[in-house]
Amino acid sequence: MNLSLILDVLPLLADSMVLTAKLTIASIILGAFIALPLSLMRASLTAFLSFPVLAYTFVFRGTPLLIQLFLVYYGASQMDWIRSSAAWFILREPFWCALIAFSLNHAAYTTEILRGGIRAVPFGDVEAAKALGMSYALRTRRVVLPAAIRLALPAYANEVVLMLKASSLASTITLMELTGTARKIVAQTFSPYEVFISAAVIYLGITLVISYAFAHLERHLAKHQQRNAQTGMFWFAEMIATLRPRLRGSVSR
Amino acid sequence: MMNMQGFADQIAIGAVTTLQTAAASLVLGIGLGLCGAAAKRASSRATRSVAGAYTTIVRGVPELLIILILYFAGTAALSALFGRYLEVDAFAAGVFALTIVFGAYATEVFRAAIQAVPAGQIEAARALGLSRISIWRLVILPQMWRYALPGLGNLWLTLLKDTALISVVGLDDLMRKASVAAGVTHDPLTFYSAAALVYLLFTSISLVALAALERRSYRGIRTA
Repeated sequence: MNLSLILDVLPLLADSMVLTAKLTIASIILGAFIALPLSLMRASLTAFLSFPVLAYTFVFRGTPLLIQLFLVYYGASQMDWIRSSAAWFILREPFWCALIAFSLNHAAYTTEILRGGIRAVPFGDVEAAKALGMSYALRTRRVVLPAAIRLALPAYANEVVLMLKASSLASTITLMELTGTARKIVAQTFSPYEVFISAAVIYLGITLVISYAFAHLERHLAKHQQRNAQTGMFWFAEMIATLRPRLRGSVSR
Repeated sequence: MMNMQGFADQIAIGAVTTLQTAAASLVLGIGLGLCGAAAKRASSRATRSVAGAYTTIVRGVPELLIILILYFAGTAALSALFGRYLEVDAFAAGVFALTIVFGAYATEVFRAAIQAVPAGQIEAARALGLSRISIWRLVILPQMWRYALPGLGNLWLTLLKDTALISVVGLDDLMRKASVAAGVTHDPLTFYSAAALVYLLFTSISLVALAALERRSYRGIRTA
């Protein structure tokens, strides 16, 4: 191990992390915007709404991300009508191609995760909301989605980590993000151990931060469900104490 | 029908390589995953922390980077060992890398599945004087499969798609055959779509087979 090389390389890798972060965060945000309406359609009981979304998630989850990326990057430039259209300004940039492929792929997985959450919302809650006269939009916003997001959060945390790791594929279409930069430096210095392992440690660090952040968020969102045993019993005893005179009264009468 | 311009047989050969890589990694990875799960249950603290470090590190680093590390580091190690430049066979390097990745995720799946086997049964086996190996063979393994199957099925689908990453270090798999054909014919759309369709076919068949396996694993079990 050449320690001075690692010290030389770390600033370069840290710089390239900005692009990795940009790609990951932008894909996650775009993916969430796509996945939210799609998961509602996917959870719908009308086949007319759910089937097209099922086809979309099936195709995007059933093929490698690398192929999707190459189809957008190499495939799109092949069609003349795209090259002559305004979309070409976006599709000729590798960054935008990566962003499109990543967010569509990420959205497909997120749609299925969120749909699982929506399906897991207790039906009684939805029924209660209906009984209160809430419209579909209102009960989706106030009842279904908050509960569904909380239920889907652990799986979604995994998906966010997978998205970070998937962003390394951008290096195959000439983007100099963390993996791409590491590959370039290895080609220049031929010290694969030092450079690749430094990059791996950086990824590992970000992954751990994401996992801790989501674990924290999960605990925070589940606060109302954490009733520790003692207060729970206390609450029960208190209820019995307040009810007892009334119960007694009803029996004597 | 797509015009394959004479590359159809190349794509088919690539598809076979993809299946071989995935199948070899699956078998080896299941073995590694079982060892990892056993290590996570070991009484020795050192063994447990080695297994913990393995799964944490591998699951926190991009698969592409793991493949690159093992490929380049393997080449460097072999070259140092024999004193001249030697390149690692892409198939061996690919299977090795995917086994390492699959093994880490499978360790977690098996660990959870073993926990689902009622602890009383393992205690009972111990009380009956069964050896540690007999407990694994007769009590844990036969019951664990049922719980592990859904997770393992998802890992298989991921593995199948991850084989495409090996093409980056030169394995002549489906993905690489498609990019070669795309490069020669200047028709990436056709060939990447064809490869995507083949992957989709593989994953669809896997989904059907997995559903059948899961049904089979529940035979003799009372379900509501």
